[in-house]
Amino acid sequence: MTLQLLLVQLLNGAQLGIILFLVAAGLTLVFGVMNFINLAHGVQYMIGAYLTAAIGAWAGSFWIGLLLALPTCLAIGLLLEFLVFRHLYDRNHLDQVLVSFGVILTIEEGMRALFGSAPLNVPRPEGMDGGVMIMPGLLFPTFRLAIIAAGLMVAGLLWLVVDRTRVGMRIRAGATHPAIVAVLGVDIRHLFMLVFGFGAMLAGFAGGMAGPVLAVQPGMGDSVLILAFVVIVIGGVGSIRGAFVAALLVGVVDTLGRASIPDLLRLFMAPPDARQTGGALASMLVYIAMSVILAFRPAGLFPVRPTGPMA
Amino acid sequence: MTELSMPTKPALESQAPDGAMPATRINASSRFCATTGPAKWLLPLLLLSALTIAPFIGAGSAFMLSLLARAMILAIAALGLSMLVGGAGLASLGQAAMLGIGAYSVAILDLNGITEGAAVFPVAILAGGLFAFLTGLVVLRTNGIAFIMITLAFGQMTYFLASSVSSLGGDDGYTLYGRTLLFGSKVLRDRLVFYFVCLGTMATVWMILAALLESRFGRVLRAARQNPIRVQALGLSPYPFRLLAYTVSGAVAGLAGGLLANATAFVSPAALSWGRSAELLFMVILGGSGRLAGAVIGALVMVLLEEILAENLTYWRLLYGPLLVAIVLIRGGEFGRRKRHA
Amino acid sequence: MQRRMVLGGVAATALLPSVGRAQPAGVKIALVSTLSGPGAALGNQIRDGWLLGVKLRDGKLGGLTAETLVIDDELKPDSAVTKATAAVERDKVDFVAGVVFSNIMQAIARPVVESETFLISANAGPSTFAGKGCNPYIFVASYQNDQPHAAMGQVAQDEGYKRVFILVPNYQAGKDSAAGFKSRYKGEVVDEVYVPLNQMDFSAEVAKIAAAKPDALFAFMPGGLGINLVRAYRQAGLGHIPFLSCFTVDESTLPAHGDAAVGLFTTSTWAPDFNNEASRKFVSAFEDTYGYVPGSYAAHAYDVASLVDAALKQAGGTADKAKLRAALETASFASVRGNFRFGPNHFPVEDFYLCKGVKRPDGKFATATVRKVLSNDPGAYTAECRMG
Repeated sequence: MTLQLLLVQLLNGAQLGIILFLVAAGLTLVFGVMNFINLAHGVQYMIGAYLTAAIGAWAGSFWIGLLLALPTCLAIGLLLEFLVFRHLYDRNHLDQVLVSFGVILTIEEGMRALFGSAPLNVPRPEGMDGGVMIMPGLLFPTFRLAIIAAGLMVAGLLWLVVDRTRVGMRIRAGATHPAIVAVLGVDIRHLFMLVFGFGAMLAGFAGGMAGPVLAVQPGMGDSVLILAFVVIVIGGVGSIRGAFVAALLVGVVDTLGRASIPDLLRLFMAPPDARQTGGALASMLVYIAMSVILAFRPAGLFPVRPTGPMA
Repeated sequence: MTELSMPTKPALESQAPDGAMPATRINASSRFCATTGPAKWLLPLLLLSALTIAPFIGAGSAFMLSLLARAMILAIAALGLSMLVGGAGLASLGQAAMLGIGAYSVAILDLNGITEGAAVFPVAILAGGLFAFLTGLVVLRTNGIAFIMITLAFGQMTYFLASSVSSLGGDDGYTLYGRTLLFGSKVLRDRLVFYFVCLGTMATVWMILAALLESRFGRVLRAARQNPIRVQALGLSPYPFRLLAYTVSGAVAGLAGGLLANATAFVSPAALSWGRSAELLFMVILGGSGRLAGAVIGALVMVLLEEILAENLTYWRLLYGPLLVAIVLIRGGEFGRRKRHA
Repeated sequence: MQRRMVLGGVAATALLPSVGRAQPAGVKIALVSTLSGPGAALGNQIRDGWLLGVKLRDGKLGGLTAETLVIDDELKPDSAVTKATAAVERDKVDFVAGVVFSNIMQAIARPVVESETFLISANAGPSTFAGKGCNPYIFVASYQNDQPHAAMGQVAQDEGYKRVFILVPNYQAGKDSAAGFKSRYKGEVVDEVYVPLNQMDFSAEVAKIAAAKPDALFAFMPGGLGINLVRAYRQAGLGHIPFLSCFTVDESTLPAHGDAAVGLFTTSTWAPDFNNEASRKFVSAFEDTYGYVPGSYAAHAYDVASLVDAALKQAGGTADKAKLRAALETASFASVRGNFRFGPNHFPVEDFYLCKGVKRPDGKFATATVRKVLSNDPGAYTAECRMG
């Protein structure tokens, strides 16, 4: 692999990482602040993708679809919180897992009933056709650059809000000592609702942005969910900074692994075996990396200390 | 004893030397196997009796027998997991790996011409246990959500490995032409016999695990779940006890895998998928992770419910999902316990 | 298992006593298909194609009232085995038809065959059953899994491409497809890349392809994988490299591909623009009934219905198994593919065509025939079959 190709693959990895960050950010926020395992985060991502595609198709514009999908995702997230999840904050993690699983089943089936099982056609984002020629014969699509920009913006926004605003302060306080915060007159329920809704909207945004790049079909949330959990565990639960670093790490490791492992193995093995074993090994790489990191740092790369998510 | 559930712990707790992550300890009831005396035996006795007479009171068709057999096999794997979850406080998302290894042991031996149960089943048990032991050495150094994720990781790696082995059919799977022989006889081919073999195995495993949990080993395990520091202060390290529990649950899952291969006469990497691991965990949670009987209840409920609903509705998950949610919400926390903040 | 009772007439329903083989007035078929999960788009086509075949015959096959039990295998082999076993043991079906995926077919073959029920596949055609594992009760009416890939290999060979890049998923069917392609393509394989089944983002592979500058790309990427690949391909500006594919660009995924798939190649036994009467009738009836363009999956399932109809007529019912088998082997019917016959291993001997994605005047997407590639191809495993 030439240096040029390597740089290209790094960029690809970074872009995948940004999508993962957008998903993981909401997940780690909810987990870290409310100590709530929300498996249904994956379907919130899926809902965002479906709504963007459907509304975009109806309105004839991807951007309008995305714009209208966001508040809808927020509303759906709040509805779920009100109906189901609110009753589980006091319960142990296992019950939360099972309930969010039930929610996943219901929503995925609902999507299948509404939209069918075949992948959905996503309108092309206007104004984003074409790309940058990063290598002779290879264009890097403008939209993917937009995804990277969006991810960086969201990261900055989150840092700003959580670290520099009153709301962020309350969130951090609520994560540390909810009872005391309640005694001080802050409505904890209200706060949690806010965090949950925002997390849902973030997931929906990730889904909407990912739609033009990945397929929109039932079950799209499942593979993303697993990777998102890998990301937040590597990064440290509750840490946004950790999620950012870990997401980029996972994206780059996965992409570079897939791109180079079969070739590396060919140095030791006959080509057909190298390719197939390489393929299997590349799939496992992210998990191996996670296991290694957790073996040395069980709390993740940026463990959350009592001061809160942005520590 | 306080339920340790806050996002942050008092200073002592956060310095837990086994690297425990403070914020995410998996929390199951402190009152595991709390009922004592004769009442403890009532529920298991009821369940086992019901299952024993079921074939003779209407569930005797070939279809129902194989359905219930499948439920009981999964219950066996779930029992092992229940010991881990409720007893040791370790929620593993990688049990399907051991289940699949047990199933693949049958396939590999069949490929080499060995179909005698006296050899096959012990191999399945050993294979599952060995895999659990080896991975447990690594996995048990973590806790909480990290533990869940690493068990998941090992499960996934086993899955990818199984998918890429062509001689066992790779992704297409391996068909078994004939059930395992039991001391030379093909008696397992008979559906009723197989049903009772599964029932007997489940009852035996249940009793063994219950005894284990009541023993000194079990008490240390449960104590370590509630307060590892205190256990260490008493001079015992939780690690070897957890490792043993993990190994035993792996062996149990291996046994279940061997039976599963016989039940479906087909082994494929799908048996190793994380969806299967999640399904087992859900069975344990649904029935109540506070007691072993929960695993059996959960397995029966999930398998039967799925079958009844799918039989009659197109979009049956639209009913199944909310049902799961409702069951958990209505059931309340473990025996009504709730986590406490601050 | 979803019970979908498709009966000829209401009177027939009232007259039918409890089900059993002694039932002279009807024939029962279990249609095993993947109706949930990622493979559902293909599974739906198979179900719809079959049901249309029965419907156009007024709910009768071979003069007998046909009852179809639609079974969703959910792409889970152990679940499929349970349901198929129930179908043959509890419901006593006469035929098991359908089956999208090879691993499901492998799983259910044993219980179906052991109960002496005929298994007729409308899609899956694993090599196990084409060669040494061929079985009197197993019929595959679609194709042998390697054939479309081999046909594409022939295309690459005929077109004179010197350097081809191969991209397939890392599971058995993927490996078979690469092997099938290479069985007829004798040029240089620049690289053979196996991607994970749940791959989401192909930008890394696309970059590799661009760097390698092959004469053509051969890809086997079913379902969502194909959509991601084609999109990444187009967006990266690689449209000038010929895209030779199998099961990547077909009617099940064309609606999602949209314009991106126009001009991309695939090989198939059939395309909606075939010019024989049976095909024209099928396509128009299908689109009228279901509102979407049928692909080869639906066409094969429709052919299975025609096959069963013809065989039942020839054998005079389901009573005599040997007669029924002989009838299945030799029955002649109006196939949407033109002429149809089975080889000695119960797999078809048929033609393969090069097709490409087009946008029809009515705005819908379909595949269109370009030219015939293979004539009367029996597949590579026929010689190994030792059926009496």
